[in-house]
Amino acid sequence: MSATDTQDPNRRDFLYVATGMAAVVGAGAFAWPFIDQMRPDASTLALASVEVDVASLTPGMSLIVKWRGKPVVVRNRTEQEMKDGEAVKLADLKDPIARNANLPADAPATDANRTTPGKEAWMVMVQVCTHLGCIPLGQEGDFGGWFCPCHGSVYDTAGRIRKGPAPENMAVPVFKFISDTKILIG
Amino acid sequence: MSEGHSTYTPKTGLGRWFDARMPLPRLVYDSFVAYPVPRNLNYAWTFGGILSIMLVAQILTGIVLAMHYTADTNLAFGSVEKIMRDVNSGWLLRYMHSNGASFFFVAVYIHIFRGLYYGSYKAPRELLWILGCIIYLLMMATGFMGYVLPWGQMSFWGATVITGFFSAIPLVGDWIQQLLLGGFAVDNPTLNRFFALHYLLPFMIAGVVVLHIWALHVVGQSNPTGIEVKSKTDTVAFTPYATIKDAFGMIVFLFFFAYFVFYLPNYLGHPDNYIVANPLKTPAHIVPEWYFLPFYAILRAITFNVGPINSKLGGVLCMFGAIVMLFLVPWLDTSKVRSAVYRPWYKLFFWLFVADAILLGWLGSQPAEGSYVFMAQMATLFYFAFFLIALPVLGLIETPRRLPNSITEAVLEKNKGGSGHPAGATAAPETKG
Repeated sequence: MSATDTQDPNRRDFLYVATGMAAVVGAGAFAWPFIDQMRPDASTLALASVEVDVASLTPGMSLIVKWRGKPVVVRNRTEQEMKDGEAVKLADLKDPIARNANLPADAPATDANRTTPGKEAWMVMVQVCTHLGCIPLGQEGDFGGWFCPCHGSVYDTAGRIRKGPAPENMAVPVFKFISDTKILIG
Repeated sequence: MSEGHSTYTPKTGLGRWFDARMPLPRLVYDSFVAYPVPRNLNYAWTFGGILSIMLVAQILTGIVLAMHYTADTNLAFGSVEKIMRDVNSGWLLRYMHSNGASFFFVAVYIHIFRGLYYGSYKAPRELLWILGCIIYLLMMATGFMGYVLPWGQMSFWGATVITGFFSAIPLVGDWIQQLLLGGFAVDNPTLNRFFALHYLLPFMIAGVVVLHIWALHVVGQSNPTGIEVKSKTDTVAFTPYATIKDAFGMIVFLFFFAYFVFYLPNYLGHPDNYIVANPLKTPAHIVPEWYFLPFYAILRAITFNVGPINSKLGGVLCMFGAIVMLFLVPWLDTSKVRSAVYRPWYKLFFWLFVADAILLGWLGSQPAEGSYVFMAQMATLFYFAFFLIALPVLGLIETPRRLPNSITEAVLEKNKGGSGHPAGATAAPETKG
């Protein structure tokens, strides 16, 4: 600086710091819309819930609806499938957590916790393998549930991972019965 | 050897006028005509030039293809078929572009292995090497996003699997994945942004290539002996020597390229990508493009949890770690000798590493079950052991062979030993010193 002494902090210091701060805040504010625009847009979010009419599903039938670009299976399980699902001991499960968005995050993966109270026959589940995102095939594999042909993950009748590389049970989305024959997913 | 003083003398009045205002011709002359290159460069050194023309060819064919392509999930697949059937010469442009990507990677892999074999990454060329690694990363991103554009089954499911890697990141993984996809699954927003980025990244590659060449021209080229250039007799002028050699290498390379374009255009692709993307049905066997297969094999090799890291995150970490290894090579290799020619043990491990990389590539194309998984785990182990154990340890325990005193000496020695080699061809008049 100049040879003449000025008070400390002087006007230059103030301008220096203020300019720097304005630049940092400005750069951050300028960068944000560029990041923000990458997030799911309003039209994508608008598809975040779908209504499904399940009146035509008798036990043993499934249907698949697209929700948030992913297939969601709605299955009216048979008596046998429910029995098989209930018979499984929690200790035998690879992933002991229910992965049910309608329940607390640490709910155990019992058969009942994979469904909704009073409607235990109905499996509503995102039919996407938790390994690398393939679509498993229904009613296949050693446990009579789902089988992923990509890397051989096997799920049981409640969509719980039993064998293979997938780390988690298939996800149960937020859903509710809005009448006896209508389900709202999302 | 670029000692700064330029030997360029403009011969015309216009040349002098330009030179005084913007000496671009001088830059070109100094960089590609008078620039001294080691006299012993072999054909492994022609791949830099080959990569340059592949980049230019990809950009040219890509710009033209973009004029006929539509980045919309309902139209993309049809627009690519339209290019193939209706657009004049569209089939040729698309096959040049898709096979061009593959041959770009063929060339870059040879270029990288060349660098590993001759120790081209060692001081003072670390930055040159790292810039190359950045180009390689950008190439992978570009190649991946390009493969999504035709919106076939492999496009869709490859994108699903690869963006799924990010969901393995703890806590913020799902948010990052949604940020990349612009939704909850691969869909129209994903295709649009991938197209925009696929168009942008090649120009970023071109930018880093400029830095790569700049760094190269500061430190000078390495050479098969790994000995630095010591005198003028160690070098020849870039033009005509390197220019002609590069041109010949390019022509031979383009022969192979043309063979694939005209006779095996879909050999390196996958038939499933001629089925339009279906978000509700996964192909039985998802495989990425061949140039990602070794990394894909490493990803799938991790089938076990390690402490708090589950198998999925572990696989993703190993896959990215495999690329990080390349960035660290200049500091992992402790040997003072650059070239594998004078390093008997390193030479052995280098070729084992090449075999391992090819094995991993083959394993990546096989289903992840049975003995393939175990083989992939062993090959992954060797991959990391090469970088983390062989490179540091060999440099400390290996006794290198005697190094020649100079490049010139190495060349003359070789010619003396070689029977019936025309002496005049390489033994240019030279005086030692």
